[in-house]
Amino acid sequence: MDTPTSDSGTGTVLGARDHARAQAASAAAAAMTTQPTIPASTATDLPPGVEASSVVWDETLALGGYASRVIRRGTHLQLTDVDGDTNVNLVLHHAARPIERLNVADTVKLQWNAYLGAGALLLSDMGRVLCSILPDSTGALDLLCGASTRRAVAERYGGSGNHSPTPSGRDRLLLGLAKHGLTRRDLPPSANLFRSVRVDADGGLALTPSGPPGAYLTLRAELDVLVTVAVTPHPLDERPAYTGGEVRLTGWSGAAAGPDHPARTASPEAQRAFENTDDVLLTLSSSGAASGAVAP
Amino acid sequence: MTGSVILDEVVPARAPWSRRLETGDTLRIVDLEGNQAVDFIVYDAVDPDLRYDASVTVAAQRNIFLTTGSVLRDGEGEPLLTVVDDVVGRHDTIGGACSCESNTVRYGHHTKHQHACVDNFLTALAPYGRGKRDMVSNVNWFMNVPVEADGSLGIVDGLSAPGKYVELRAERPVLVAVSNCPQINNPCNDFNPTPIRVVVSR
Repeated sequence: MDTPTSDSGTGTVLGARDHARAQAASAAAAAMTTQPTIPASTATDLPPGVEASSVVWDETLALGGYASRVIRRGTHLQLTDVDGDTNVNLVLHHAARPIERLNVADTVKLQWNAYLGAGALLLSDMGRVLCSILPDSTGALDLLCGASTRRAVAERYGGSGNHSPTPSGRDRLLLGLAKHGLTRRDLPPSANLFRSVRVDADGGLALTPSGPPGAYLTLRAELDVLVTVAVTPHPLDERPAYTGGEVRLTGWSGAAAGPDHPARTASPEAQRAFENTDDVLLTLSSSGAASGAVAP
Repeated sequence: MTGSVILDEVVPARAPWSRRLETGDTLRIVDLEGNQAVDFIVYDAVDPDLRYDASVTVAAQRNIFLTTGSVLRDGEGEPLLTVVDDVVGRHDTIGGACSCESNTVRYGHHTKHQHACVDNFLTALAPYGRGKRDMVSNVNWFMNVPVEADGSLGIVDGLSAPGKYVELRAERPVLVAVSNCPQINNPCNDFNPTPIRVVVSR
């Protein structure tokens, strides 16, 4: 059999190098909407009042995309459902000690409500606030159904796994976690952003409609947190096609909820969860770089 | 119950309990005195990565309550246990376990040193080399956690009664761990933790 040849000029090392180097400046690269803004401070079309110089993370993900990153306490991270038809799997770990992580059961139980969203707190398994959701947020939140599994995705769409065009939510989250040294053992039930569910009197679950385009949720980190997200269909989304739009993530530096902040005084449970958060900060090293911390 | 009884024990009030089950074994959990929440978690017997996942379980059956016919699934969607008999009618999947830390948020910092289910689970799992990383949202047998129309959710008075039980069948070799809930600040145990009975048949 003849050796295949290419007309791309990549038959030599220098030719391959030139070909590779040409790609970043190509029309295809410029047209790609789903990529990070590097440096982040060159991001445009920012939320009102956000200075470009304060932006620490700006990235747009397509359906099937994932990202994971440590954000510092006080960072505000806005996630926007660009097309009004997406679902984002979200899991949070305390960056300084990632054995502490989002606990969806405690999050709903301690706030006495299953249908949380704007103004809610995302709580760890240690009674602390990992992130608060800013009260002007417009996107939905589901804390019951978690991310899709390889088995369910394969049954619905015909394939799953990271190599397929229809990866499961858990597989995408696991890749994000792996880049910070975490494994399947570190993945608890996750949250879904932009879709929510309703529970009927008999316990039955129904998915609510998505949208509108431009809906957003802004998370404020109350500790240094590892944020891991994946863009995959909600487990209860019964559409035959693997469906979802782009999601933009924009993070900017800011302040955590200080004393007397309304997020703290909203309820006695919020007050004490923030007190527990303040308390652990007293004994963490200032960089948050405790032994076992995940690297940014 | 089918097969012959290979274990029949009383788990004292407030205590942990754990056991490996082989495929086809059944575990009956009996609420001896009524309204006793039984926090429960299940793992693959060999691979600690493969553990009960509340979100996967409720999404697969599109219902937050467990009862006869419910399948408890791992994080990859595979069956661990099936509920084969239930005389209560519904059991909780969304309330999770009480912990020293969550108790401080719910009830006040003075409850920090009360015994809690997470401490029971950590005690029960330590001999198997499993620990806090393996703690995830669990099942609460006999615990009543309704979700109202506006999403309001809470642990309310139980539906169980003396002698009521739930029975589970192992779909593969599994490790089960129980915390006979010691909580005294909400009605999940009628403010009075009591013993339960566990019966394994093969």
